[in-house]
Amino acid sequence: MAKSASSTVDTTTLAEPVRFLDPDGRFAPTPAAERFASMLDELTEADRLEFYRDMAVVRRFDIEAGHLQRQGQLGLWVPSHGQEAAQVGSGRAARAQDTIFPSYREHAVARIRGVDLLDVLRMLRGLTHGGWTPAEVGNFRLYTLVIGSQTLHATGYAMGVGLDGAPTGDPSIDEAVLVYFGDGATSQGDTNEAMIWATSYQTPQVFFLQNNQWAISVPVSRQSRTPLVDRAAGFGMPATQIDGNDVLASYAATRYHLEHARSGGGPAFVEALTYRIGAHTTSDDPTRYRAADELALWESRDPLIRYRKYLENEGVAGSFFTGVDEEAADFAADIRRRTLELGPPPVDTMFDHVYSEEHPVPVAQKAWLSDYEAGFTEGES
Amino acid sequence: MSGPGVLTMAKALNQGLRDAMSADDKVLVMGEDVGPLGGVFRVTEGLHAEFGGSRVLDTPLGEAGIVGAAIGLAMRGYRPVCEIQFDGFIYPAFDQITSQLAKLTNRHEGSATFPIVIRVPYGGHIGAVEHHQESPEAYFAHTPGLRVVSPSTPNDAYWMIRQAIESDDPVMFFEPKSRYWPKGDVDLTSPASPLHASRLVRSGRECTVAAYGPMVSVALQAAEIAAAEGTSIEVVDIRSLSPIDYGPLLASVEKTGHLVVAAEASSFVSVSAEIAATVTERAFFSLEAPVLRVGAFDAPFPPAKLESTFLPDADRVLEAVDRSLGY
Ligand SMILES: Cc1ncc(C[n+]2csc(CCOP(=O)(O)OP(=O)(O)O)c2C)c(N)n1
Ligand SMILES: [Mg+2]
Repeated sequence: MAKSASSTVDTTTLAEPVRFLDPDGRFAPTPAAERFASMLDELTEADRLEFYRDMAVVRRFDIEAGHLQRQGQLGLWVPSHGQEAAQVGSGRAARAQDTIFPSYREHAVARIRGVDLLDVLRMLRGLTHGGWTPAEVGNFRLYTLVIGSQTLHATGYAMGVGLDGAPTGDPSIDEAVLVYFGDGATSQGDTNEAMIWATSYQTPQVFFLQNNQWAISVPVSRQSRTPLVDRAAGFGMPATQIDGNDVLASYAATRYHLEHARSGGGPAFVEALTYRIGAHTTSDDPTRYRAADELALWESRDPLIRYRKYLENEGVAGSFFTGVDEEAADFAADIRRRTLELGPPPVDTMFDHVYSEEHPVPVAQKAWLSDYEAGFTEGES
Repeated sequence: MSGPGVLTMAKALNQGLRDAMSADDKVLVMGEDVGPLGGVFRVTEGLHAEFGGSRVLDTPLGEAGIVGAAIGLAMRGYRPVCEIQFDGFIYPAFDQITSQLAKLTNRHEGSATFPIVIRVPYGGHIGAVEHHQESPEAYFAHTPGLRVVSPSTPNDAYWMIRQAIESDDPVMFFEPKSRYWPKGDVDLTSPASPLHASRLVRSGRECTVAAYGPMVSVALQAAEIAAAEGTSIEVVDIRSLSPIDYGPLLASVEKTGHLVVAAEASSFVSVSAEIAATVTERAFFSLEAPVLRVGAFDAPFPPAKLESTFLPDADRVLEAVDRSLGY
């Protein structure tokens, strides 16, 4: 019998990942971080505060969405708790012209790109399979629930960027593509094909892996006996492993690889070591498969607390944090109010956009349903 | 004798692709060996030389990759025409076709279209090894969001590939391999029919045979034999499997009262079954006999030496016609 895969990857045995902030919020770059340090030079004071706001607002939003699910207002919730630094750093590293292909947990990135997070809730309430128009929300594509599928779409899109004549050499217009996926997704064929194609066509693209240690109940050690970051070499891609709970590491490494990719340097791979503090979804019970001490360890590495300590060390006033907390509470209250106002979609919308050009089957079935429903109304009168 | 306007289906498709690529520089051709080789059936021959490697992409070997990347390219404004090398190799792309491509128009709620054509050489009678002779069209016709067509003649092949490329919806384009090489007239000036029209191809009085793709020529052959024996068969080429244009078929059944549906695919849960059910619903009082299906047996496609028995031929079509007329 194969040795059971019962524990998460022991990160202590790995070379130190890219990290700028230690768990106490001190600026203490690891050796691996040095080459990315210049990326932080561009960040203004306002940018650094914005990172905190991004993380704190989405943390609060995530809690509210969990409550809404428990109160029967959502069919399901997919928590992002614990992964805010990985998401905010990478999401903020993308330029306005970039295109982002999410999986289904990237609520912080969605908000950064301009998605109204109510639209994410509309999906999880059972009102839509989409929710937004990518071109109107910073080229943030739709969530994808089939594990790994979006990686190929990202690669195809990035091939198109290349076919359109990129790069021009001007980073303010040259585009890159950022695609998110999880540790479980690294075992999917699609994800591996996407990397093969990306290196083959040298696409302007960054593969951003959030290794949150678990794919539902299955630990990452079942997906891979080698650190996932090492897989990139087999595809012929540069790769960087980061402390995914350090927002500055996530920003700097993603920024570096996106800039390299947009200037014609080809694709790259970032593995963010992070942790899913919450359940996989509200349908899951993680106490059945993971140990309390593991959770406690990762709670002690909370990305939001770490970054707050850093900002405090830098002299940011307490009033800033109070202000953000109020803003986050308002955001959550607004989301709650608007969620409660959501009505059901008209039934006949299920026939819309099955095709973009007329197809007789949905047309006929829509008409049939309308007659059928009208029959009940007549019966009542 | 071949001359201008007389082409094999393979050449007609090649010309259709060339003309579509000339008309719109967003049209791309992509797949395995479609570049300098011109595809294993030479359908893309010469396109790489004419349009270059960024319009005709020899891809890495992965069907999910071909379709998944085509989806991303479509999001970027391209109109990819993917080649799946053989029918039996489409399954690695099944998720990307049925769960992704087919649903993405709907999921985007009007904000994006997916004008992707997936060309699939399909069907038997080429004596090939396993996985090279199958008819998987029912899986895709079953899937909302996909359009599914299959030409039976060089002229239809030319026009249908052009119409499929112009469609803003995904189109599964099933090319009957056994019909790649016979020649036929191609009128390059104007299309004979819209993409999704079915068509009466032989008039008759006593029994209708509906067929598509490789079985149209078999149905016509059966009609020829029957005529010599004094039975008058009408043949309808279905051409489009999603949507299905029932107009000419219902008109024919109203006249003959008998219908046999013939396909190379096995009959269980097939396009033929769908046609039989719908014609029964819509022309019940015109029918003088149950609608009968003629197809391959419900077994895995056998080794090539058995294919002529496995696949339906004119005699099996005539056997069904006789059964129908004997009711
Ligand atoms: C193709 C496919 N198989 C199975 C599932 C069910 N499923 C949903 S999420 C998930 C685990 C994904 O793990 P990972 O990629 O690590 O992402 P995470 O949820 O941890 O963010 C599974 C198995 C799915 N959505 N798609
Ligand atoms: Mg995971």
